[in-house]
Amino acid sequence: MELLFFLVQKTMLFSIPLLVVALGGMFSERSGIVNIALDGIMIFGAFCSVLFLNFAQHYMSGQVLLLLAILVAGVSGIVISLLHAYASINLNADQVISGTAINLLAPALAIYVARMIQGVQQITFNNTFRIPAVPVLSDIPIIGPMFFKQAYITTYVGFAILAAAVVILYKTRFGLRLRACGEHPQAADSVGINVYKMRYAGVMISGFLGGLGGLIFVVPTSTEFNSTVSGYGFLALAVMIFGNWKPLPILGAALFFGVMKTIAAAYSGIPWLLDLNIDSAFFKMTPYVATMIVLAFTSKKSQAPRAEGIPYDKGQR
Amino acid sequence: MKKPVFLEKLLKPKDRTFGTVLLNLNLLSALMAIVVGMLFGLIIMLISNPSQALGGFGAIIISPITGGPRVIGQVLYFATPLILTGLGVGFAFKTGLFNIGASGQFTMGGYAAIMIGVYGGNLGGFQWVIGILVATVAGAAWASIPGLLKAYANVHEVISSIMMNYIGMYLVNYLIRKTCYNSLKNESLAVMPSANIPKMGLNHIFPGSFVNGGFIIALIAVAVVYIILQKTTFGYELKAVGYNKDAAKYAGINEKKSIVYSMMISGALCGLGGALIYLAGTGKQYTVVDILANEGFNGIVVALLGLSHPIGVALGALFIGYITVGGFNMQLYDFVPEIINIITATIIYSAACALIFKGLFHKIFKKKSAAIDLNGHPIENLRAVSDAPPPPEPQDQQKKGGER
Repeated sequence: MELLFFLVQKTMLFSIPLLVVALGGMFSERSGIVNIALDGIMIFGAFCSVLFLNFAQHYMSGQVLLLLAILVAGVSGIVISLLHAYASINLNADQVISGTAINLLAPALAIYVARMIQGVQQITFNNTFRIPAVPVLSDIPIIGPMFFKQAYITTYVGFAILAAAVVILYKTRFGLRLRACGEHPQAADSVGINVYKMRYAGVMISGFLGGLGGLIFVVPTSTEFNSTVSGYGFLALAVMIFGNWKPLPILGAALFFGVMKTIAAAYSGIPWLLDLNIDSAFFKMTPYVATMIVLAFTSKKSQAPRAEGIPYDKGQR
Repeated sequence: MKKPVFLEKLLKPKDRTFGTVLLNLNLLSALMAIVVGMLFGLIIMLISNPSQALGGFGAIIISPITGGPRVIGQVLYFATPLILTGLGVGFAFKTGLFNIGASGQFTMGGYAAIMIGVYGGNLGGFQWVIGILVATVAGAAWASIPGLLKAYANVHEVISSIMMNYIGMYLVNYLIRKTCYNSLKNESLAVMPSANIPKMGLNHIFPGSFVNGGFIIALIAVAVVYIILQKTTFGYELKAVGYNKDAAKYAGINEKKSIVYSMMISGALCGLGGALIYLAGTGKQYTVVDILANEGFNGIVVALLGLSHPIGVALGALFIGYITVGGFNMQLYDFVPEIINIITATIIYSAACALIFKGLFHKIFKKKSAAIDLNGHPIENLRAVSDAPPPPEPQDQQKKGGER
């Protein structure tokens, strides 16, 4: 039982960043902009916010500091995502190339600035954010130890974002318009929706969530940031596709990938998995292989946004 | 087989107005991207350390050319794998595919070469040749998976090859640990001296540098790719599929096979790049870390800079090799070499945006839409030329969206 609680706690730490970043990618792609820059956005968001932690931890600590850092991460994610938005929306640039550029730029910039400021590329911070036990809730049997002990506030932020994403995408006027711009921008334009604005909104949301995801990936798993998020942005991209560009399936995909990551990281502590004698490399590979298989079988009737990746041209029919 | 007339038109610029001439000055946009990238690098350097910035920036630009034959040899050495990955990515661009999986194919090729280099002792003088060939096959095989998925299951190659990058990296890390592992250094075992590519006389021209026969092999690859693309029916068909899949199919080209072949050739070139780096005889080994090979992504930079043209790719790779060496020298001025990565990233970003400048030229001179594809060909123009079944646009969009 202890083992199960431990694994669930660990799965949350891996899944929540994936969930948040994949939801970000979803907003961008549902508005019609392919966003493979998620990895770069995560790195940039994590970099700025960890730098913030590094400076601000002398003055405060705990949850307030973490929430402020989350804001910093989100805002810095928006800043770098604007580069992508400007290239793909205003300049009709190839969205994949622009995204690739950001993926290369973010880590280079992070390493450069870190080394110029402090000599080494690792930025350290004190982890004062773990909540040993949430009052009252942690006393609930089974669920308590799973979700409310040794937890991070980021887990709850992640679920709050999921709830907000569902509501925004399906229950608001904004969401409907956003989806329209990703499916048939000409039709959306013909009823007076500003496609450019909606797409900017989509990319900026993905920037906010991507940057935030970068921070909540780093905080629970480490006490330093080394200019990488271990390819989590690309994994989040896979989660988004695996989840069919829909919030709830994305949650499922994120949990599945999180479990795989947890097993890869912790399988030596699980006796029956250790007996199977499978190398951790295969657990690490599984999410990617699974995505490939799913893509192979579902792409013929893919539910990807139809206008995704196509620059919007007012003059077209 | 005689090609229908519209296909002829499809592959050649129809009219030579002033606008098209400018359009063909693609070089201009690539140079513009380089200038923007370098300027951005300079600005970053000026902000971070104003007193040393000009000296450091000068080192990037001047030091490789003034450093004598050894340093020039180093430039060629760093350019060698990039020529191959650039050729690979560029070949895919030319045929309408974005091979972002160059990194994985490069890694697979590298692993194959290392295996032959470590265990192929009884191959004698052919060891390095076999190593190179096996690496090429490994790269092609790895790339065939996204190719097949694209052709027969409609999976977008960008997504599948990103996945293949990670699968390949984890797989090679595993295989190295199981088959040829130097656990002390956490890297692959050293290859046998007989597996190293001969210097082919380059050590006399550039004494003391790492450059080796791999550079000559890379130049041969440039020539081969040029011939395939420009002088053969096969290359012509691959390009036709890239320009317009439906029109090519209508002309009797097997578009599914073409997609697979394009990916495989692209992957073969990237795999060869992997062999050229690990059989270079410089003592560089494969380090077992969970990080994707950077050469693959630099291949994208090189292909964009070289406008996917083989000769352009070679020049683009030399440029990246040049500023890489310049970046090493720049460290004398207390700068971090990552500035080079910032510059290359900015170059890609401006190259992506530079397509719009070409589109603008087009807009000005032909009063047509600015929408253009990866190779800078205006999409509107293609539709106008292919008078045989032009896919109506809404349907076209459905196709594009449905690929994922």
